Amino acid sequence: MQALTQRAKPVDRRPMNWIEKIYLWNIFKGMLITFKHIFKKKVTIQYPEQKRPFSPVFRGLHILNRDEEGRERCTACGLCAVACPAEAITMEAAERLPNEENLYREEKYAARYEINMLRCIFCGLCEEACPKDAIYLSETFAPANYSRKSFIYSKNDLLIPDPKTQPEEFNIAKGLIEKKKISK
Amino acid sequence: MILLTIDWAYTIEKMVLIAIVISASLLIAMYATYAERKIAGVMQDRRGPNRAGPFGILQPLADGIKLFFKEEIIPNNSNRWLFVLGPCLAMLTAMMTSAIIPWGSTIEIGGRTISLQIADINIGILYIFGVVSMGVYGIMIGGWASNNKFSLMAALRGASQAISYELAMGLSLIALLMLTGSLSLKTIVEQQINGHFWNIVYQPLGFLIFFVCALAECNRAPFDLPEAESELNMGYHQEYSSMKLGFYLFAEYINMFISCAVIATLFFGGYDMPFVDESQLSGVTALLTGLVALFGKTFILIFVFMWIRWTLPRFRYDQLMNLGWKGLIPLALLNMVITGAVVLFTMKTP
Repeated sequence: MQALTQRAKPVDRRPMNWIEKIYLWNIFKGMLITFKHIFKKKVTIQYPEQKRPFSPVFRGLHILNRDEEGRERCTACGLCAVACPAEAITMEAAERLPNEENLYREEKYAARYEINMLRCIFCGLCEEACPKDAIYLSETFAPANYSRKSFIYSKNDLLIPDPKTQPEEFNIAKGLIEKKKISK
Repeated sequence: MILLTIDWAYTIEKMVLIAIVISASLLIAMYATYAERKIAGVMQDRRGPNRAGPFGILQPLADGIKLFFKEEIIPNNSNRWLFVLGPCLAMLTAMMTSAIIPWGSTIEIGGRTISLQIADINIGILYIFGVVSMGVYGIMIGGWASNNKFSLMAALRGASQAISYELAMGLSLIALLMLTGSLSLKTIVEQQINGHFWNIVYQPLGFLIFFVCALAECNRAPFDLPEAESELNMGYHQEYSSMKLGFYLFAEYINMFISCAVIATLFFGGYDMPFVDESQLSGVTALLTGLVALFGKTFILIFVFMWIRWTLPRFRYDQLMNLGWKGLIPLALLNMVITGAVVLFTMKTP
């Protein structure tokens, strides 16, 4: 019969010789193996202190993007909500007022934008649907919580930090988004 | 007229010794659980508990507190009195064995010579066998009183296993007793100190049999059939919760500590530090070297117990019985006959 893999080894079916029949020698060999494992490198990642590095295409929590001047890119077109197979996204549109040009990029914006992280399946279709470069899936995942309500993330939880007030945080988040764009 | 004089100093001395020995064995059993989890971890390339305190050394305390706060459930259909008696008996017998182990030679405090042994009885080994075989009642009563078929089956297994392996254990010790000519543990240790070699040199086969039987008596892997999760859910303590469960688990670790101390005493010279002549040392140094030697040997043996547990899979029930009745008992008999012949021809001991 042809072997399925190159690593397949035939099973030794010879009758046991007397050393094997006593078992002690084989037990000793097994114990040597476990003893060697004491000194091997531990595979554990100590979670809160250490984090597993994610690939740049990892699909975690959503980020609502801003442009360089800190204006929200989302225009509440609703394409992401339509694309969402889990129906996790809700939004309400509003019209931009004359003195709000520094807040919103275009005439229409999302007054309310909510994602239910318990419904979300992190498929990334919203990211692909967005024509305005406004929503991205980041490299973090939703932390544990005590109530269902706390898993409904509002716009405040999702928005990327403002480049004017928090430039450092913005650059970190922006860097992740750029990395993702390149790797696509 | 005084009918009964009580030596108060002697009583107090023994009470203090009992308190020290019991708290020491509780402490060691506590940290044996920690060591077990740590060793299991590193042998499987994990880290083991490391969150409670530095290196996780407060983990046993956290476990104990958790067990105390768990809900205490006594099943409606159980025999209430026996149900409570089971874990108590397991704990009691586990503790009682420590009474005859010589923890060190003598020490002088205020002109009194105090022997570091709670009771130097001349039937020491028989006492151990008596108490150890009582330990199986803890399992049997607990398993039967739970009124649960899995517990009952596990208890039956535990009982038959203990009986089968006690036979081989006793037979392997008879050979040792032929050499020493005494049942007192203190005498056995002193013979090993004054003689040239430890008893393991004269009785390697006897040691092997005794060690395997000790594993079986402690219900440790690969002989942990009374707790076989895959077949019996949790085994004889299925219905137990809270600290009653804790007592069962704890008794197992105390048993392990005591049986390792017994093995160290019988086969590895007890408190005899190798390559050191104890009679040259002064009182306190001799005492300390003795304690370090005995506990060092005991801890190494505990490590070997755990090492075996995390290496070998569990025996099947028929394999267990085959090994006990067809393997160890004939071997122990053979060992006994050979030792007897050698002793007869050389007349080494009285």
